[in-house]
Amino acid sequence: MTEEIIIAGFGGQGVLSMGKIMIHSAVMQDLEVSWMPSYGPEMRGGTANVTVIVSTERISSPILRQFDTAIILNQQSLDKFEGSVKQGGTLIYDTNGITRHPERKDISVYSIDAVEEAGKMNNPKIFNMIVLGGYLKIKPIIKTENVVKGLQESLPERYHHLIPLNQQAIERGMEIIRKVSES
Amino acid sequence: MERELRLMKGNEAVAEAAIRAGADGYFGYPITPQSEILEYLMGANPMETTGMVVLQAESEVAAINMVYGGAGCGKKVMTSSSSPGISLKQEGITYIAGSELPCLIVNVVRGGPGLGTIQPAQSDYFQAVKGGGHGDYHLIVLAPASVQEMADFVDLGFELAFKYRNPVMMLSDGAIGQMMEKVWLSPQKERSKTVPEWATTGKPPTRERNIITSLELNPDNQEKFNQKLVEKYNRIRENEVRFEEFQCSDADYLLVAYGTSARICQKSVQLARGEGLKVGLLRPITLFPFPSKRLSELAEKVSLMISVEMSAGQMVEDVLLSVNGKVPVYHYGRMGGIVPTPDEVVAFLKSKIIGG
Repeated sequence: MTEEIIIAGFGGQGVLSMGKIMIHSAVMQDLEVSWMPSYGPEMRGGTANVTVIVSTERISSPILRQFDTAIILNQQSLDKFEGSVKQGGTLIYDTNGITRHPERKDISVYSIDAVEEAGKMNNPKIFNMIVLGGYLKIKPIIKTENVVKGLQESLPERYHHLIPLNQQAIERGMEIIRKVSES
Repeated sequence: MERELRLMKGNEAVAEAAIRAGADGYFGYPITPQSEILEYLMGANPMETTGMVVLQAESEVAAINMVYGGAGCGKKVMTSSSSPGISLKQEGITYIAGSELPCLIVNVVRGGPGLGTIQPAQSDYFQAVKGGGHGDYHLIVLAPASVQEMADFVDLGFELAFKYRNPVMMLSDGAIGQMMEKVWLSPQKERSKTVPEWATTGKPPTRERNIITSLELNPDNQEKFNQKLVEKYNRIRENEVRFEEFQCSDADYLLVAYGTSARICQKSVQLARGEGLKVGLLRPITLFPFPSKRLSELAEKVSLMISVEMSAGQMVEDVLLSVNGKVPVYHYGRMGGIVPTPDEVVAFLKSKIIGG
């Protein structure tokens, strides 16, 4: 099993953190992982993205142009990465602020209103965890219990009291993700 | 003690490995994409645990001269920077080489020339392998291709530096510095309590004065010293060549790549083999000394070689010298912070096979 993922959105949305939590969780299942961020100007505002690879095999190239799954959190990233999803692959996007929706017919498209849901849950910061939950519903490569362990590993201890809230967000994400079209 | 599994960035792995290797001092100045090394060390504050000095110097030039001083006292000292900062350090590096002192210099390469870009590149190969500073000297150059190797090569780098009394450079790049992977960290080593006999730490009555200098105004003596260096470099060539082969045993075509490019080429080998092309990869781990002998042997077996680099073509010159005209050698590279993709490399390989 190899899953090659791009997560892309605005800097500050928790794009890089979401990837970090994924790899920390995957390591709990003895999987091989790599996490390759965009760095530099993107981090100083504008778009941010990270390539995450999770595999049962040793990982060769950490840098890719084609992905099994794209998790898209803003319009710029949709424009940039819609074409990079492999044929038959998966695209998950948050509809918030999207004016041009995905057009490809050869991939499976899912939407998740995570920004809106995070607002309802009174905590915009858990937005990325709602998205992660949605992703794990579609691609259950990592068990939720391992994500909780991954959170324990990747979050500083002073934030550990927020883990139950994050878990709730993941579960909510699993409930609200919906299919737009299938390849 | 057992090794410890962590998920880290390449830069963080260098920093943690330096503490665990029992380094005495790190002197640096921040620059993207390697600032996490200094940042991590400052956060870890090893002065409180191992007694290691971590200092942000006022400039790259100051940092390398602090390394020069620390090395002269026989200490395990290091610095790190990225391309433009490494250029600033070159005067200090040639003095350290000329004084035969051990140290570790980490270059997390970004695209150039000049300030260039902060994105990954491999365009400092010539600078690292062919000199950089003035005068006939070589660094031992280690090229990590994973976060694991960024950690491992700190210890290896110090070992080689002290074994040969020669500066060692770890030539990484922005991609390996910034990416996170699993890394097994070695247990904490104690800092050395002994001082090498050549170190300038004060003259006891029992021996002659130790002198560390790179100045010798008598041409006969200077030539003798140059010859001594040549002999040392030949010993290094004889004993320290390191490389990794990936599916070379039955290969008809050979890719040669180091660092990030080697990771990409591994995937290219898999893709090409999926299409029935017998491709192998030779990954030099030491760039000086270069695995010339092995490439010369492989040149008897394959019909062409491609040097894949994130540069305009630098290592390709050493590949050409190694195979000495036995097979055609091509260069494939991307520049300016663009990393080639595995399929691009396969497409280039195919064009050369068809093109003959």
